[in-house]
Amino acid sequence: MMSNVVLATGLVLILIGLWGMLTHRNILRIIIAFSLIGTGTHIVIVAIGYVTNGTAPIIDRALTLLEAPARAVDPIPSALVVTAIVIGLAVTAVMLAYAIRLYESKKTLSIDAFTESKW
Amino acid sequence: MRRAFVILVVVLFGLVFTSLVIAHNERHSLRPLAESYVKLIPQELGAPNVITGILLTYRAFDTLGEVAVLFMVAAGVGLVLGASNKRRKSSPRKVVETARLSSEIVQSGAQILAPLIAIFAAYIIMNGHRSAGGGFQGGAVIASGVLLLVLASTRYRVDLEFLSMTESAAGVLFVLTGIAGLIFAGGFLDNRMLPLGQFGAFFSAGAIPILSVLLGVKVGCELSVIIDRFRA
Repeated sequence: MMSNVVLATGLVLILIGLWGMLTHRNILRIIIAFSLIGTGTHIVIVAIGYVTNGTAPIIDRALTLLEAPARAVDPIPSALVVTAIVIGLAVTAVMLAYAIRLYESKKTLSIDAFTESKW
Repeated sequence: MRRAFVILVVVLFGLVFTSLVIAHNERHSLRPLAESYVKLIPQELGAPNVITGILLTYRAFDTLGEVAVLFMVAAGVGLVLGASNKRRKSSPRKVVETARLSSEIVQSGAQILAPLIAIFAAYIIMNGHRSAGGGFQGGAVIASGVLLLVLASTRYRVDLEFLSMTESAAGVLFVLTGIAGLIFAGGFLDNRMLPLGQFGAFFSAGAIPILSVLLGVKVGCELSVIIDRFRA
């Protein structure tokens, strides 16, 4: 039940990002929308890994070695999301760098000014 | 016309997503692969944090590739922004004069917070195998401290040469640790080349703390370089 709510939140975030990417004309806003889609995807991946009544897969006093397989959440989606967050940051950095160069070439950030690569 | 098209696309995606949410069944037990990870990582690798065990031993090769991606991004951002930086460097005095100074609150706050952020980053990196944390997270915290310093003072210069030297050294040591795992243990980046130690102790889980430190240093340096490339 709880993971359904989290899953729905992540998917709504993806929808908001998609809507923002398609409606806004400013490159910075498009980059923000792209990051929203990325964040939504991370939430969806984490939600898929949830197990009912699960807790973080860290063995300590609260979660002993014996009960870990029954009470821990799936660790693989969490590990994937850690890597995905870093790659998302890297992609955002490259997009922002291109945005700076595009601004220098046309002195505007509106994508309506960049018609050369439009088919 | 365009607006109608956008609404159509978003609504269609919304329908797909709704069906996904309705069809989603929460699992009541772990998948077999996850179950074996949860069992094996504390027993075989001696790491209480299963996620760190996955990131730094079972899928450490992935992590290595990802650090390579980060390095490529740092180089790529430098390539894209490099020419404009050179143009700016020809008139550095003008930049310093026109740049707005940050307020005294930010400056004093940065002076107090920067050492604390560094200590917190070291704590996160060094406890990655025992509790929540790890190299990526700690590296990001280091970079946030650098970002704070860059924001606080226009005169603060990141030593790019030192950062790239440190980063390369960390990368080489990471690969060498992996090769040591090939020689002294079961395979590339196997953490059992060092004694596993007492379960949950500070010095335990074989080579995982070493790999964690190297990863944290490398990620912190790379993100700091990326941040510095963006400064005006």
